[in-house]
Amino acid sequence: MIPHNESMMLHTPFHSRCAAACEVNLWEDWKGYTTPQVFTEVDMEYFAVRNSTGVFDLSPMTKYRITGPDSEAFINKLITRDIRKLAVDRVSYVLWCDGEGKVMDDGTIFRLSEDDYRLCCYTRALDWLMWTAEGFEVTVKEETADVAALAVQGPTSCAVFKALGFVGIELLKPFGMSRFKFSGSQVMVSRTGFTGDLGYEVWVEPSLAESFWDALFDAGKPHGIRAIGSSALDMLRIEAGFLQAGVDFIPADETIRAGRSRSPFELGLGWMVSFDKPVFNGRRALLRERAQGSRYAFVYLDVEGNKPAEHAFVYHGDQEVGTITSAAWCPTTKTNIAFAQVDAKFGRPGQSLVAEIYYERELKWTRVMAQCKVTKGALFSPDRRRQTPAPNF
Amino acid sequence: MVPYGGGVTFMQNGDYFGNHTDHERHHRELARHSKRDADAYHRYEADVMKQTRIIRPFLMRTPPDPTSFKPRDIRELIAMAKAFSGMGEVGLADTMRFWTMSIGDFLEEYFESDVVKAHLAGSGIIGTALGVYSPGTAYVLLHHYMGDVDGSIGSWGLARGGMGAVSNALAGAFKSFGGTVQCDAEVAQVIVKNGKAAGVALINGDEIYSRIVVSNLDPKRTFLKIMDEGDLPKDLVRKAKNFKIRGSSGKLNIALDGLPTFNGLPEDSPLCLGEKHFIDSLPRMERAYDDWKSGTWSKDPYVDMLIPTQVDPTMAPPGKHMMSVFVQYAPPMIDGREWTSEDRDAFGKTVIDQISSYSPNFKDLILHCEVRSPQDIENEVGLTEGNIFMGELTFDQLLFNRPFPGYAQYRVPPVKGMYMCGSGTHPGGGVMAAPGANAAREILMDLKRTSLVPEGYDDD
Repeated sequence: MIPHNESMMLHTPFHSRCAAACEVNLWEDWKGYTTPQVFTEVDMEYFAVRNSTGVFDLSPMTKYRITGPDSEAFINKLITRDIRKLAVDRVSYVLWCDGEGKVMDDGTIFRLSEDDYRLCCYTRALDWLMWTAEGFEVTVKEETADVAALAVQGPTSCAVFKALGFVGIELLKPFGMSRFKFSGSQVMVSRTGFTGDLGYEVWVEPSLAESFWDALFDAGKPHGIRAIGSSALDMLRIEAGFLQAGVDFIPADETIRAGRSRSPFELGLGWMVSFDKPVFNGRRALLRERAQGSRYAFVYLDVEGNKPAEHAFVYHGDQEVGTITSAAWCPTTKTNIAFAQVDAKFGRPGQSLVAEIYYERELKWTRVMAQCKVTKGALFSPDRRRQTPAPNF
Repeated sequence: MVPYGGGVTFMQNGDYFGNHTDHERHHRELARHSKRDADAYHRYEADVMKQTRIIRPFLMRTPPDPTSFKPRDIRELIAMAKAFSGMGEVGLADTMRFWTMSIGDFLEEYFESDVVKAHLAGSGIIGTALGVYSPGTAYVLLHHYMGDVDGSIGSWGLARGGMGAVSNALAGAFKSFGGTVQCDAEVAQVIVKNGKAAGVALINGDEIYSRIVVSNLDPKRTFLKIMDEGDLPKDLVRKAKNFKIRGSSGKLNIALDGLPTFNGLPEDSPLCLGEKHFIDSLPRMERAYDDWKSGTWSKDPYVDMLIPTQVDPTMAPPGKHMMSVFVQYAPPMIDGREWTSEDRDAFGKTVIDQISSYSPNFKDLILHCEVRSPQDIENEVGLTEGNIFMGELTFDQLLFNRPFPGYAQYRVPPVKGMYMCGSGTHPGGGVMAAPGANAAREILMDLKRTSLVPEGYDDD
């Protein structure tokens, strides 16, 4: 008999520490794992990342290990970017499409050594990876539970690692990664994240998870370290302009209604498509789309007022032209930010649109027709995110 | 209606596959058998849902007559064409394949694990005299996915108080409008006078007169047993004779002195509440069908077993349980002859032996066992050959071809006042009550009465 785990929910390797820190007991189900939505207070957690250091347990992220002599060729067939440019110990933000050129998911690929990569993503993609792997000498192994991971994000995050004894971490460039000794073993650190701030992600073997958490929080205490939950992370990623699969687009193979999937161009991610690669999944369809035009455009909106434009319709004059997919009042940019899908002919930077926002106060619903301005890209992008050596705050 | 949760397929190697209702728990259990299958499941689910979405809006609508030029038929045909053209080229190709494929071939396109395929294949053969590799069985799966219990789509549920509770609810509604129900009143003959239905004659000789006669018996029984051939057009009689309604399943109802335990399954597992199956590969399922073709019951059957008393406390005294066992395959005749009581006992023993090889205390708990062959079911409740769908759900007998071309709008032309409302009509079986609702709407239309019957079904 294959071993069973009959419990309803799984625990991440950091669960004991998360449970101790989760004072308000707000948990959610993330891919079958019990994970904190909030530890103490959403605003405090948000500001930890913008002001000091916030720690997010991202262990439930799906992880695949790709090895073998054809791994580079296989990945290049899978994704739209050209992976040949990715050096060892570097990370790339990638996306992949189905045969119709519609986005299945986005994620990050870590090049661990010459023929050894890790793909980290939101969806469960093994079936699609295996179909794509046909004909390649490559092994794809799901390793979600074999790697525990923490995002350590915020202006003081580099200082926290230095206090932990990770010598030279300030020299790690954005999208670079490096290994550091810890407790007789080693941990991998990449300068990546989902907050748009200076920050790192740490990848450790599950047996080291608890002792690493303890050491990290000890070292981080003077630097304002705090555990953060998914609610704060959502504000952070919206402020930084990051799309979330399942929210800002539906993974192509999960859509049921015709026409509901989106291409990279329709998500504002056309820059990630490398047509100079001769073959990759969805290439023909994407070439056709480039020639004939897209159906939708993805835009960032600066919405007037402070009511988040969640799920609002978007109008141009009297005409309904799209929908908001993510929205939040973002305290650092002091902007009411929204992401929207609009008809392709709308959404030029600077264009004015209107969001139809409903909000409730003491059982009374109010409708606001809020003016929105299409912005050129995300608004939050501080210098410290890019600086190497990482600044010391 | 009360949902009962998931299901289990027990394996010959002592393991099992648990079909959990919680999405993530389900993924983890799939991954235990095959990580790839676990990740393929959302593609499978989305594809089945695409097919469900096309068919569902047509469940509560009268099928159009494709040869008619009546505005209503043309309107319905356009609605149908619209639904299909909305799927796009790829969607249309997928739909044509889905309607004609075997459930085995369909599942092979998604999964590699034998037990996963076997578990999911059950829905493609239940009530159908076809095997998992017979073309057309993929569609049968939809009839087990597209129902809904009070708004919860695709769910299976138990009627509190047993299936009779559904009949009682219908009777209660009817009585609340002033209707009377007469039981133990088998109809011997539909009376037709001057080409119009005029009432029914009962076996006991009583005659009941009426302007309208509605039969919820299957088409064979309606047209070949209780109607006079002379009252019907020749083509209708011929079509009724050719109608495919083959008996394929039997039933065991077992009273238990306590709750049986199952090998490997923890007693507190939520899966204990669900349905249980004891056949773990498509080849084993196909061999079960081979036995049916050879004129005997499956020696290693597909069993759909449930203990409703775990969910419904009204069905047995405290501590006692009732087990419902649907068994496939069982032929309407044994080697071309009637079932004997020895056959029935041997059939029951085959099923009990199969279950007890996965449940050590099962046999000792049996207080009473009622075994029903297809022939018994026909004799008791009047379903021809004991076919639970009142006619196979293959594409030659669906939509405007159900039960037969030219007779899909619940009427029996040219016999005025005669109607059909059973599962033999569109959209077929599955305890949906949709055929009855569609028939009621047509009857009210003919009577020029206001219809309160819901129409269409949009779940977007």
